[in-house]
Amino acid sequence: MRIERRLRQPWWLTIVVPVLSIVVAFVLSAFVLLLTGHPPLRSFHRLFDAAFTGNGALSESVVSATPLAFTGLAAAVAFRMNLFNIGGEGQLYAGAIMGATAGLLLAGSPSPLIFAAMIAAGAVGGALLAAIPAILRAFFSTNEIITSLMLNYVVGLVLEYLIFDSHSYLRDTSGFEANVFPQGKTLPDEATWSSWNIHGLVLPLGFVLSIAVAGFVWVLYSRTRFGFEVQVIGDSVRAGRYAGMRTRRKILAVMCLSGAIAGLGGASQTGDFRHQLDPRGLRSANYGYTGIVIAALARYNPFAVVLVALLLGGLQNAGFTLQGADFPAGLVGVMQGLILFCALGGELFVRYRVRFAW
Amino acid sequence: MNNSLVVVVIASGVLFGTPLLYAALGELLAERSGVLNLGVEGMMLMGAVTGFWTVERVHAARPLVLAAAVGVAALAGAAMAAIHAFLVITLRANQIVSGLALTIFAGAAGLSSYLGNDLHLSGKPARYQFQEIFPKSLRDLPIVGPVIFGQPLLVYASWACVVLVALYLSRTRVGLNVRAVGESPAAADAMGVSVPRYRYAHTLVGGAFAGIGGATFSLSITPQWVDGLTEGAGWIAIALVIFSFWRPTLCLVGAYFFGAFKALPFALQGHGVTVAPELFQTLPYVATIIALVLVSSRAARLRFGAPAALGLPYAREER
Repeated sequence: MRIERRLRQPWWLTIVVPVLSIVVAFVLSAFVLLLTGHPPLRSFHRLFDAAFTGNGALSESVVSATPLAFTGLAAAVAFRMNLFNIGGEGQLYAGAIMGATAGLLLAGSPSPLIFAAMIAAGAVGGALLAAIPAILRAFFSTNEIITSLMLNYVVGLVLEYLIFDSHSYLRDTSGFEANVFPQGKTLPDEATWSSWNIHGLVLPLGFVLSIAVAGFVWVLYSRTRFGFEVQVIGDSVRAGRYAGMRTRRKILAVMCLSGAIAGLGGASQTGDFRHQLDPRGLRSANYGYTGIVIAALARYNPFAVVLVALLLGGLQNAGFTLQGADFPAGLVGVMQGLILFCALGGELFVRYRVRFAW
Repeated sequence: MNNSLVVVVIASGVLFGTPLLYAALGELLAERSGVLNLGVEGMMLMGAVTGFWTVERVHAARPLVLAAAVGVAALAGAAMAAIHAFLVITLRANQIVSGLALTIFAGAAGLSSYLGNDLHLSGKPARYQFQEIFPKSLRDLPIVGPVIFGQPLLVYASWACVVLVALYLSRTRVGLNVRAVGESPAAADAMGVSVPRYRYAHTLVGGAFAGIGGATFSLSITPQWVDGLTEGAGWIAIALVIFSFWRPTLCLVGAYFFGAFKALPFALQGHGVTVAPELFQTLPYVATIIALVLVSSRAARLRFGAPAALGLPYAREER
């Protein structure tokens, strides 16, 4: 067997290979199910039903897909420049904290004002957190993978501190029950983000916002000088520097943009769905890590990110609905991992031609 | 005296640092051969869950069961590493994305959690666990008692591993070849050293070490199984390799340093300090960031840099 680099990559391969990767991943998942004594076809059928075709399932999947679209876009934006921001998880928490604070502070104001404030606060929260690994990377060449990841744990613990172990502004301290079972203060009704119902399919504001962000990222990366420079630096830092590009500034800008997008996901979590700061719910969902899978599967294309987010959001939603004795939690992570492995392996066939010579 | 805060923190720091030490030694071996494996967290969790499963299901004498559990954990870690090795060595995939994929696949919301739930492992104490091996008279000695003699077997085994890995890399011909493969695979290839074979072997052994590190949690520290019980230890181990400058002996020092940070909140609680345990628990993570910044200065990197070919795929025909 010989492996040769392709001089030209046929365009259809970039579609066929990811689709085939997903098929292969499902076959491998079937093996995992068989080995652990679950009927694969029936499990997949139930999974698909709970994700897409069941009553109201698609709307639920959009709900699960919304944070994933944001974290996926956040990862894609940074990974394009070979800047591995693994901190989407923590940046999403930061966005949720700031978004919830804005929503609570502005209680009584007109809704559009609150929405705008929550969106801005969420983006600022995420960007501020991402600025830490960005500054360390730009000025001290510190590995951003580790620093951004460590901050996930730090912010996760701060999140728990705010609700479970302090009398912070965000904690519900009214009444006896709230003191025994700590939870976040519920946001006022006017801070509940709007949603649109199209023939039974509910589209929350956050999801629409994520599509807008995808459009923005696409324009930024394929139609502006900034995006061009980012991609040059991504391909070769040295080439970028010799061409007079300011790599440090780009690192700061791209990391903060990435963090801001993840932060929007956090704001959307509070505004669209949870209506309070919910540490346990946010921490158990693994939005940030799933976002990395999505970005890689979508080959960092922003619109593909939204599509893949819908697919994996459907999986996550179904896994959550079905979770039980005959459908162990963790299966969805296994499938996501397998999809990513297959997509990575499939990449070989896009970049190389494999010849079988006898 | 043995109950004073300092002694307690050091003694439990050594114990809490041991899984970090195993995982970091494994990652160090893989990285010295040029393979960056970010899947340590996933491999540790697989080691933890399969080791615990062995202890629950195998009925034999205590030492046999524990030995089998460590063996199974090592195998599970190596099996996970094999996926990564195949993708990055044979299929030339991006090492960073592949390692992340491994952590997602095997990690806290993936295969380890699936197995833990499917085999009903969570929420019960281990049937057998590693216990202190020295007699009580030795363990009651001041200071050295708890710190040195009060540890389970896995701690002493990790010391042997540090010595073995250090000697292997610096004093043997095979170790020299490993370093050559990590620094300049083309030169190693020209010397007749098989780059893929060396990289596979060290990635797999690295996975086995990570698996044992995970089992240290479920068989000695915690000792039970809960989803995601390593709580980021795999990532701290990767950072540990960086700021031990890829040297096994420094890994030992670093691991205990972070173990002590991990132990501090518990020790403080034991001494009646109960302010905000969450904030104290952020200490190991913050310390990791600070230590990483300190060692990434330009001078430090030039003197004790990473293996030159770390993270780069090697294809003979593309030199």
